Amino acid sequence: MAKEIQKKVLDLEEVTVRFAGDSGDGIQLTGSQFSDTTAFVGNDLNTLPDYPAEIRAPAGTLYGVSGFQLHFSSVDIHTPGDTPDVLVAMNPAALKINLKDLKSGGIIIANQDSFDPKNLKLAGFDSNPLEDDSLNGFKVFSVRITSLTTEALKDTPLSNKEITRSKNFFALGLMYWLFNRPLDPTLSWINTKFKKQPDIADANTKALKAGYYFGEQTEIFTARYSVKPAELPAGTYKNISGNEATAIGFVAASQLCGLPLFLGSYPITPASDILHFLSAYKNFGVKTFQAEDEIAGIASAIGAAFGGSLAITTTSGPGLALKTEATGLAVMTELPIVIVDVQRGGPSTGLPTKTEQADLLQAMYGRNGEAPVVVLAASTPSDCFFMAIEASKIALKYMLPVILLTDGYIANGSEPWRIPHVDELPRFEKSYYNNPEDFQPYRRDENLARPWAVPGTPGLEHRIGGLEKANISGNVSYDPDNHDFMCRLRAEKVAKVVNDIPDIVVDGPEKGELLVMGWGGTRGSITEAVTKARKAGLIVSQIHLKYLNPMPKNLGEVLSNFNKILIPELNLGQLATLIRKEFLRDVIQLNKLKGLPFKSAEIQNKISEILGGNNGK
Amino acid sequence: MENKIETQELKYTAKDFASDQDVRWCPGCGDYSILAQVQRTFPDIGIKKENIVWVSGIGCSSRFPYYMSTYGFHGIHGRAPAIASGLKIAHPELSVWVATGDGDLMSIGGNHFIHTCRKNVDLKILMFNNRIYGLTKGQYSPTSEKGKVTKSTPYGSVDYPFNPTSLALGSDASFVARTIDREPKHMQEMIRKAAEHKGTAFIEIYQNCNIFNDGAYLHLTEKDVKLDNVLTLEHGKPMIYGKERDKGIKLDGFRPISVNLNDGKHSVADLLVHDETDQNSIRAFIIAHMTDHPGLPTPIGIFRRILKPTYDQGITDQINHIIEKKGKGDLEAVLFSGNTWEVK
Repeated sequence: MAKEIQKKVLDLEEVTVRFAGDSGDGIQLTGSQFSDTTAFVGNDLNTLPDYPAEIRAPAGTLYGVSGFQLHFSSVDIHTPGDTPDVLVAMNPAALKINLKDLKSGGIIIANQDSFDPKNLKLAGFDSNPLEDDSLNGFKVFSVRITSLTTEALKDTPLSNKEITRSKNFFALGLMYWLFNRPLDPTLSWINTKFKKQPDIADANTKALKAGYYFGEQTEIFTARYSVKPAELPAGTYKNISGNEATAIGFVAASQLCGLPLFLGSYPITPASDILHFLSAYKNFGVKTFQAEDEIAGIASAIGAAFGGSLAITTTSGPGLALKTEATGLAVMTELPIVIVDVQRGGPSTGLPTKTEQADLLQAMYGRNGEAPVVVLAASTPSDCFFMAIEASKIALKYMLPVILLTDGYIANGSEPWRIPHVDELPRFEKSYYNNPEDFQPYRRDENLARPWAVPGTPGLEHRIGGLEKANISGNVSYDPDNHDFMCRLRAEKVAKVVNDIPDIVVDGPEKGELLVMGWGGTRGSITEAVTKARKAGLIVSQIHLKYLNPMPKNLGEVLSNFNKILIPELNLGQLATLIRKEFLRDVIQLNKLKGLPFKSAEIQNKISEILGGNNGK
Repeated sequence: MENKIETQELKYTAKDFASDQDVRWCPGCGDYSILAQVQRTFPDIGIKKENIVWVSGIGCSSRFPYYMSTYGFHGIHGRAPAIASGLKIAHPELSVWVATGDGDLMSIGGNHFIHTCRKNVDLKILMFNNRIYGLTKGQYSPTSEKGKVTKSTPYGSVDYPFNPTSLALGSDASFVARTIDREPKHMQEMIRKAAEHKGTAFIEIYQNCNIFNDGAYLHLTEKDVKLDNVLTLEHGKPMIYGKERDKGIKLDGFRPISVNLNDGKHSVADLLVHDETDQNSIRAFIIAHMTDHPGLPTPIGIFRRILKPTYDQGITDQINHIIEKKGKGDLEAVLFSGNTWEVK
């Protein structure tokens, strides 16, 4: 073997890497392994998986390209990065699609083997960009990833097809070398994952190591990079995605209040992972019911809530639409359920694998009759954990349905999370009603919550349903005054939840020219934009809403302290509509509907434009 | 641990199952008989009132829970089986009953029905089949006969009806039965058998809507004709029917045919003997197919009654098995599992 070549190590503060290839190339796996290892070495990080709706689109095509972007840093970061510094392109289509985003002077690592006439033609290249001058503004490293993988695996009993499949591990190994990361976390992952397929475990291990050693031995690379650990608050961390955090959040909620957890759900992108995670927590007594459709998902949850469970249903926009009528039933029967909507691009089937925030008004108003519900929104992947607990707490305390909005970006994206200890989490009580003396199903406590009398309790046999309820007795009532009263009462109950909602805290000056206000999953982009704008000398304040209905008590006062309010959101102005209606305040909208999160520069430019500066560029 | 509904000798009477609500069905409606038979039977099934829940959808049938003094849940159109499934899975010690109709269960709730049967959730489903939409004032339903003239089909319906028992059998329901509002004793027996059954029990009840579809079942209920038109299924017995008990059902290949026992060519030995416990549902399906078939009697009774593990039991068993294997879940351990690292 050639002698080891000494290579210099350059320190970087932050790097954005994008892996791209065919949807069958294992790009998401490669990206998430790189993320986990990067988290493991202590960098702050943020990820953006971006994949097509097709599972295995025809190889080499532009529409089959799957991407995974990862931003990691030795300082605090909030977004997956605006423009990648490094692009790993497993084929010409991946290069074609992603090149426009790459930073000028950025690094391209291309799988040279795949740049053959057929793939070049599929990607629409007239000539091979690795050989002509078209990539002159970039540092291009052409690596024969496929043939080097095949060479490294020549002794395995695997078929050619299986061997080729390991090439993403070669690429991963090479990236580990380039960015000075250890192989151990991925090696141990391979051993667990392919425990029952030792040949595949062995092949992936060899490919990973071959990629790493290739970086070390080859003369192509003259330098490698290092990103020092970030200075995060002390504690134990792990890298967590929003969907996993949501799932664990509900398990935690169930443990904290001592009620069994029931999930009724129908598979839908990008929410299915919550169903997958919760289905694995059987030893917490979690009951998961993969229902025959979205309606059965929520209907079964309502049945379980009637039976005394902490009951939830998980879905995405089209599923929320299907759950509309049943949500009204939960409003009428005043049963505690949590409905999670992992928002995706709409309308209709829309962009199933892409992110958007366009279900806010559906969550607020999308029901027949006056049917207010509590609406919450998680703001980052790890925040999903806390908001799942918060949603459960509110649903149980007030006996009502709560909609928790997340989105495809924070659901699939991940970030390092300082793991809380169980004793740091808020315990909350919820007991069933069991006093048969003068029991009235719709008599209320001080929070306007009705008693939760669970079947099986002697003496409390009662009937509820979707017909209007008489106040107190809960009997069917068509009385006009009663209906008027009950509609107002249900609205008042939702409004009362404001007492449990923390006041909004302004980041930056409490009075001023411009307040940037966001909600849900745009928090990272907005925070980064505001931070950069301040660095550029602008004075700007920021608030972020996680409670959409009701909104925090002091919000009106906070808004009144600013001359201008900018609301960036991934829709055509849904929060803006609510703010105008609620506070009679006009706002400046910044809207984007590209299936992708905001780049911080997009928001920063808008801030500069409003404040008359030009330093946001 | 078995999902067990506690049963014991209880001193209830029919009156103990009547709620304080006025019954608001039209006078003369077949639903009154169903309510009466349920209230008469329930003292015998040995389940405490507080452990019984009636769940319903929308329609005349679905007002049923209000009239029972048990727990009740009046749901939304078609969704009763899904609501009931969630309740039963979450709370397996309950005896969960569904009151529904032909529109509610066969049309808008069809999907929930077939999947509940397929999963074998331990629910008892009573479908009141009046072959009409009553509460919406008289449109044809998925069980209305072809050609039916209703408000929505003034020139006659061009639809083919469902045979609910065939649909239930096709969905592999473990208990499928049919009875008639005018046969109180028979209905009581079906309800009792359904209560005893562990798994999805489906009872189709032919019910007269005297306002919008009066007389739909006269041929099965009028004294002078019913015995010639109804075959009462009895487990282990040959299929004999007729006023004079002179007719029987015999299989010709896969086709059931009616034979005359007095024609000198046929005897009881030729007849099909009913076996409701046959694991294979093909014969039950053939029998169900005789429904409304010219020249053949309409069967009532239990078409199929087999035992197989229930869905709710499966969930309980799996949870117990995993807890046994892994130990009870430890939240702190889950939070700190996976690739973690320390920041000092």
